[in-house]
Amino acid sequence: MFDDFMVNTWIAATLVAGVAGVVGFFVVIRGASFAAHALPLSAFPGAAAANLVGVDQLIGVLAFSGFGVAGISQLGRRGRRDVATALSLVMLLGLGALFLSRTTEYFQAIYALLFGEVLGVGAQDLAPLAALSAVSIALTLALFRPLLLSSVSPELAETISVSPRVMEVLFLVVVALATAVALPVVGALLVFSLMVGPASAARTLTSRPLAGLFISAAISIVTVWASIALSFASDWPIGFFVGALSALGYLAGRTWAWVEIQGLSQFRRSR
Amino acid sequence: MLTRSEVLAVRQASVSLSGHPILKDIDFALNAGEFCGLIGANGSGKTTLLRTVLGFVMPTSGSVTMEAGGRASIGYVPQKFILDPYMPMRARDLVALGLDGNRLGVPLPSRGRRRKVDEMLEAVEATPFADQRIGSLSGGQQQRVLIAHALIRRPRLLLLDEPLANLDIRSVAGIVALLRRVSRELQTTVLLSAHDMNPLLSVMDRIVYLAHGRAATGAIDAVVRTEVLSRLYGYHIDVVRVHGRVLVVAAEGEGDAQTAIQRDPVHVAQVP
Amino acid sequence: MTTLLSLVVAPGFFASEPVRTAAVIGGAAAIVSGVVGVFTVIRGQSFAGHALADVSSAGGAGAFLLGINPLSGFLLMGVLAATSMELVRVDRPSERDLVTGIVTGAGLGVAALLLYLNVTTSSTTGAAVTIMFGSMFTISASIVPLAIAVGLAALSAMGVLYRPLLLSSLDPNLAAVQGVPVRLIGLLHLIVVALAVALSAITVGAILSTALLIGPAAIALNLAKRPSVAIFLAAVIGVAATWGGILLAYDSYEWTGGHGWPVSFCIVALIFAAYVVVAEIRLGSRRQPEPGLKPRPREGRATTAG
Ligand SMILES: Nc1ncnc2c1ncn2[C@@H]1O[C@H](COP(=O)(O)OP(=O)(O)OP(=O)(O)O)[C@@H](O)[C@H]1O
Ligand SMILES: [Mg+2]
Repeated sequence: MFDDFMVNTWIAATLVAGVAGVVGFFVVIRGASFAAHALPLSAFPGAAAANLVGVDQLIGVLAFSGFGVAGISQLGRRGRRDVATALSLVMLLGLGALFLSRTTEYFQAIYALLFGEVLGVGAQDLAPLAALSAVSIALTLALFRPLLLSSVSPELAETISVSPRVMEVLFLVVVALATAVALPVVGALLVFSLMVGPASAARTLTSRPLAGLFISAAISIVTVWASIALSFASDWPIGFFVGALSALGYLAGRTWAWVEIQGLSQFRRSR
Repeated sequence: MLTRSEVLAVRQASVSLSGHPILKDIDFALNAGEFCGLIGANGSGKTTLLRTVLGFVMPTSGSVTMEAGGRASIGYVPQKFILDPYMPMRARDLVALGLDGNRLGVPLPSRGRRRKVDEMLEAVEATPFADQRIGSLSGGQQQRVLIAHALIRRPRLLLLDEPLANLDIRSVAGIVALLRRVSRELQTTVLLSAHDMNPLLSVMDRIVYLAHGRAATGAIDAVVRTEVLSRLYGYHIDVVRVHGRVLVVAAEGEGDAQTAIQRDPVHVAQVP
Repeated sequence: MTTLLSLVVAPGFFASEPVRTAAVIGGAAAIVSGVVGVFTVIRGQSFAGHALADVSSAGGAGAFLLGINPLSGFLLMGVLAATSMELVRVDRPSERDLVTGIVTGAGLGVAALLLYLNVTTSSTTGAAVTIMFGSMFTISASIVPLAIAVGLAALSAMGVLYRPLLLSSLDPNLAAVQGVPVRLIGLLHLIVVALAVALSAITVGAILSTALLIGPAAIALNLAKRPSVAIFLAAVIGVAATWGGILLAYDSYEWTGGHGWPVSFCIVALIFAAYVVVAEIRLGSRRQPEPGLKPRPREGRATTAG
C-alpha cells in the first residue's frame, strides 16, 4: 500500500483534498453547489479536446473551466444564475460530445475522468500539481475577507467598495483552478463531493470563519485518506466511499447543529 | 455644491429604475450631526433614494453630492439581510468585516483591531452576544450588530433602511435612543428610513416625507401640515391634532386618497 | 422550391428510418421536458433537474447490467434520488442546492459501485458514457411505446398539479395559508421531473435531457409573462430545437465529409444560441432610457465641502 507509486498517489490526493476543502468552504457558504458541480463536469471534455489538439491535458482542462467561468458569469448577469449554470454546462458537454466523436479515447479514461479513480500519479506530475494547489489556496486566502463579506451580504460588501460581481467572478476562477488541480487526479464527480461534503460539516462545527475553512480542509483530507484506504481494502471504487462519506458528513453536520439548537433552547428554558 | 456645514446635498434628483420614473426632483441637504427621518409608505421609494445616495443607482437628472470621501465615508444598514443559520460567523466577525472587509489576506490577530471591535460592540450594547453565531441572534440583536458593522469605520453619514421594522416597541425605543446617542457622540449624520414616523418624532431634526415619487422636506412642524401633505399627495388631506397626536386623514369619497392613506401607515403622528 | 429545400435538407433525410425514430422520440422528450421545465425554472431547481439526469442515467447503467429493464432502472434511481432530495427539510434555495449536490455525489458513488460490482469494467463504462452523451440515431424502436406511456403520465401529472404547484412556486407561504400541502407538492413535482428527465436521458442522453429541460423553458419564460403561454412556448421551442438539431447533424455529414457533428452537440448549440439571443434582446429593451430623459453623469462624489 505504501510503495513509491502509492506514495505519489497519496501526496497528490492529499493536495487535491486540501484544495477542495478550502475552496469548498466558500462553495458552501455562498450556496454555489451548482457552479461547483458544473465547472469540473464541464471542464472534463477539455481533457479530450487537449488530446485531440495534442496539447497537455491540464491546458485543456484550464481552458474549459475558463469557458465555464465566462459562461456562468456572463449569462448569469442576464438572467437566473442556475439557468446560466445549466446552459453553460450543457454547451460545454455538447462540445465534449463533438470532440469525443473525433477521438478514439478509451472509455476507461473517460470513465475515470468522470467518476473518479485515483489514477496513477507519477513523480513528474507532482510538481505542477503542487504549484497549482499552492496558487489556488493562496488566492482563496488572499480573497478571504472580501469573499466572506460578499457571501454574507452583497450589499454590505458593495458599501465598502467590494464589488459583488467581481467577487463572484473571482470565486468562480478559484473553483476553476481547484478543478484543474483535482480533475486529472480524482475525476469530475469526486471533486464536487469533496467540495461540498466536508465544508457542510465544518460550518456547523465552528462559528469562526477562518477556523471553518481549515476544519473543512482537514475533514476533506481525512475523507480522501479513508476512502483510499477503504477502497484499497475492499477493492470497491473510491467514488463510492467519497460520495458516501460526504453525505455522512452533511448529515452529521445537520444533526450536530440540531443538537446544539436543542441544547441551547433547553438551557434557555431552564433559566 | 455643499455649504460648509453640509454633509450631503441631494439637488433636484430624479431616479428611474428599468425605465420607470421612481423619484422626481428630490431636494434636500443634511448638516453634520443631523438626524433625518425618511418617511414613506411601502413602495414610495425610500430604498431607492438611499441606494442613490450610496451611488448604487445613478440619478437620471439632478445631483447627489457627498462630502469629501464619497462612499468611503458612508455606513449603510440594508433593509433585507438574509441570514443563513449555518453561516460560520460570530457577531464580532461581522463587525470586524466592517473595518477591513475589503482588505486582502486572512485577518491576523491584532490587538488594535480587537480593541476597536470590542469598543464598537460595547457602544451598540452587543457585548453579551458578541461571540454568538449571527444566525442565532434575534432581529433586534442583529440590527445592533449591523449598526456596529456600519459605524466601525466612523462614517460621516449613516444610512439605515427600515431598521425599526419587525422590532417590538421596546427594541424600537432602544435602537432609536442608541442611534441618537451614537450620532451625537461620533458627530455622525443619520438618514433613517421608516414607514412609521411615530417612534422618531422626539429625535428627528429633519424629515423627508416621500409620496408619489416626490418629497416634502424640512422640520417636522413644517412638513406634517395639511397644506404641505395635500400638495404632496395631490388631493386634500387633513392633518388633525387631537390630544397631542396628529391624524392625517383623507376626505370622504376621495377614492384615490383613501387607498393612498390606507397604504400609508403614517396617518397618526404624535406631536413632540 | 424543391431545389431550395434540397439546399437546406441533405438528400435522404426524410426517408431515413433512424432519423424518423429520432425525430419522434426526440420531439416527445422535448415536449415533456419543456412542459415540466417551466416549473423547474420558476422554482429555481435547475440543479436538481440536471442532477437527476446524472444520477438516474448512472443508476440506469447499473440496472442495465443487473438485467432489469433499463428504463425501469432509470426511473427507479431518479425517483429515489428525488425523494431523498426532498426528504431533508430545507428553507433556503442555497441549502436546497447543497442537499441536491450531496445526494448527487452519493448517488453517483452508488452508481460507480453498481457498475463495479457487475460484469467487466470495459463494457459497463462504455454503457455509462454512451448514456451520458446519448446517441439519438441508435435509439431502438422497441422502447418507444413504454417511453411514450411514461411521457404521457408525466404530462397528466403536470396537468393535475398545475394550480397548486404554480401557487406554491410563486409564494409558498400564501399557498400554505390556502391549504396547499407545499412540501408534498414539491416532492410530487420533483418526482415528475425525475420521470421526465429519466425518460429523456435514456432516449436522448443526459446532456440533452438537461438542455431540453432548462433551455426551452428559460427562453419561453423570457418571452412570455403568463405560465400557460410559457409552457406552450417551451414545448414548441424544444421541438423546434430538436428537429433543427437533427437536421443540422444529418446535413453536417455532407459538409464535413463524412465526419458529421453529433446530434446532441447540434441541439445544445441551437438552444444555447437561442437563449443568449433572447436574453440579450430582453436586456437591451430594459436598458433603453426613456425618451427625453438623457442620463446625465452624476456629479463628482468627492467634491470637497465648501
Ligand atoms: N428594479 C426595479 N425596476 C423597476 N421598478 C422598481 C425596481 N425596484 C423597485 N422598483 C419600484 O420602485 C418603487 C420604490 O421601491 P423602493 O424599494 O424604493 O420602495 P420602499 O419605499 O423602499 O418600499 P418598502 O417600504 O416596501 O421597502 C416601487 O414601486 C417598486 O415597485
Ligand atoms: Mg425599502
